[in-house]
Amino acid sequence: MSQTFLQEFETRSTAATADSPDWLEPVRRRAMDRFAATGFPTAREEEWRFTPVAPITQTPWRQASGTARVKRQDLESFVFGHPEWITLVFVDGVYREELGSGGLRSGGIQVHSLADAISGNGVPLQAHLTRYAPIDSSAFTALNTALIREGAIIQVGANTEATRPVHLVFVTTKEAHGCAIQPRNLIVVERGARAAVVESYVSLAPGSSYWTNTVTEVVLGANAWLEHTRIQRESERAFHIGATHVHQLRDSHYRNFSMAMGGALARHNLHARLNDSNVETLLYGLYITRGDQLVDNHTTIYHDQPNCRSWEVYKGILDGRSRAVFNGKVLVKPEAQQTDAKQTNRNLLLSDQAKVNTKPQLEIFADDVKCTHGATVGRLDDLALFYARSRGVPAQDAQRLLTYAFAAEVIAEVTLQPVREELEHLVRERLGTL
Amino acid sequence: MEAALLEIQGLRASAGDTEILRGIDLTVRAGEVHAVMGPNGSGKSTLAQVIAGHPAYKVTSGQILYQGRDLLDMEPEERAQAGVFLAFQYPVEIPGISNAYFLRAAYNEIRKARGLEEVDSLDFLDLLEEKLRVVEWGPDIMSRAVNSGFSGGEKKRNEILQMAVLEPTLAVLDETDSGLDIDALRIVAKGVNALRQPDKATILVTHYQRLLNYIIPDRVHVLSAGRIVKSGGKELALELEARGYEWLEEAVTT
Repeated sequence: MSQTFLQEFETRSTAATADSPDWLEPVRRRAMDRFAATGFPTAREEEWRFTPVAPITQTPWRQASGTARVKRQDLESFVFGHPEWITLVFVDGVYREELGSGGLRSGGIQVHSLADAISGNGVPLQAHLTRYAPIDSSAFTALNTALIREGAIIQVGANTEATRPVHLVFVTTKEAHGCAIQPRNLIVVERGARAAVVESYVSLAPGSSYWTNTVTEVVLGANAWLEHTRIQRESERAFHIGATHVHQLRDSHYRNFSMAMGGALARHNLHARLNDSNVETLLYGLYITRGDQLVDNHTTIYHDQPNCRSWEVYKGILDGRSRAVFNGKVLVKPEAQQTDAKQTNRNLLLSDQAKVNTKPQLEIFADDVKCTHGATVGRLDDLALFYARSRGVPAQDAQRLLTYAFAAEVIAEVTLQPVREELEHLVRERLGTL
Repeated sequence: MEAALLEIQGLRASAGDTEILRGIDLTVRAGEVHAVMGPNGSGKSTLAQVIAGHPAYKVTSGQILYQGRDLLDMEPEERAQAGVFLAFQYPVEIPGISNAYFLRAAYNEIRKARGLEEVDSLDFLDLLEEKLRVVEWGPDIMSRAVNSGFSGGEKKRNEILQMAVLEPTLAVLDETDSGLDIDALRIVAKGVNALRQPDKATILVTHYQRLLNYIIPDRVHVLSAGRIVKSGGKELALELEARGYEWLEEAVTT
């Protein structure tokens, strides 16, 4: 099956040399070699033990044309009702300028389609692109790197206070059925700048089966601030493998909220490297699964330098026969003294058949640190249910209300109000809450 | 005399294998305030929770009639919809939803059950404004998560706010006064006294007499070992304050 991608790579390399920068070709070549050497992961690998990717690796995925007819109003339910935001729309993986907002380059923010940037529109890519997502971190990242073409580049200039959030909308249509989509994004927030970016993976074809393999690299300069929200609402028959690699310089603040409610199988690898002193990293997550869905979140926080703080809360709500995997690594290097790291994973099971595999992994090599973790898997609190019922709320509504409350507690960490409200709305809709 | 609003007859209830209520008889008429007192472990909180339908307790015999209906046959939410309210001794924290959201959900469920139209959040805010005055609170409290991170006193006050909004026909307050300072106590009393209407009744479960300085009960009952061992007028509370509970417990055992 890897063969189809090798062929795609060779075809693309021959055709692409003309319009891609010289430095990129060897990078892509190395990534392809790496992917060819390792192949896709198997369940024998610890990292993929609970998430069998055979349905992905055994499907002969095609390339999507990206020419499906999509109207602006088809996207209304995905864009939070804020026309002033900077929005880029990708249909079946291909950038569609006519569906996005204007004003991609204004007031210290520069947003480009990666395809444009690669074909040489003067955007400097080499300093950052492929620098933060190592090809040996996963075969999927290697493959994505080898096939780099579509995606977005967001650059927020030094000391820019970005007032307009940037929203990347990756939407699939029924024409993506049977196709692999491999977006690649780069977010650069330079020193002293402040920005908000939302990445949405959504579908107009709820029954279609496709595969998204996406990689986003994020770099924060000194004293930069970024709120990065990731909303994964793929078709429930789709496959989603995502990687987010974050690189932070001193005094920067990065907050990520990762919502996963779509996909037959969805995996997100989030790597945050706290590579300088006094860095703050907040990772929040919410996954809501039903039916036979499998949602896997792997996070790795690298405390490489002293005086950094990381705070992580992931919550899951599982129904039906669905499964969730949470693996949270916190790696504290010997020099990373005064590290303050806290990790929490809480799961709510709504059905007897739902299952969670949760694993915190703390590897601490410094002695003067504060690191804690906790994981819970449980049901709704009987006393809280009685409390709500004693106020007149019928049993089933009380369950939904408390389930919603469980989710809303972590959604409250999203500071961008329209996104927070939309997430609350999505969860209420999914749970059937009042 | 008014017809009985609540009639408890021969009520026995257990938690697990332990029998806590061992034959309670109590009649509460509309317009009355009853105080249920007694030492720790006498069963007074259990009585309050059984009236509200707490699932941890199993009624083994006896009955409770509320407005002539078999209360024990009703789900907790049906009791609330019919006008029964329990102010919890330990109100539950619900992080994630605001006080306003929770209370409006409750208010609307009760209205729905009575065939009334639900109110939207704006109309509800108007109603709240008036009720917040009862508990001497500003509107900020409504955007905080339900009881989450509230002090003990704030939680109790929040129960009184919920009671003021839901306007129950029968309010049962389970040791709402314990742990309160004088100001909070006065606010609780104000909430209860506001509900003192000819068609409503209140049962105050309390360990101490001091709340009864602010709310004058019509009847006082003393519970011991799961039974009412003495009933009287408001002067009984003062006697208990002066003499403690031991003399009554001795009277029962001998």
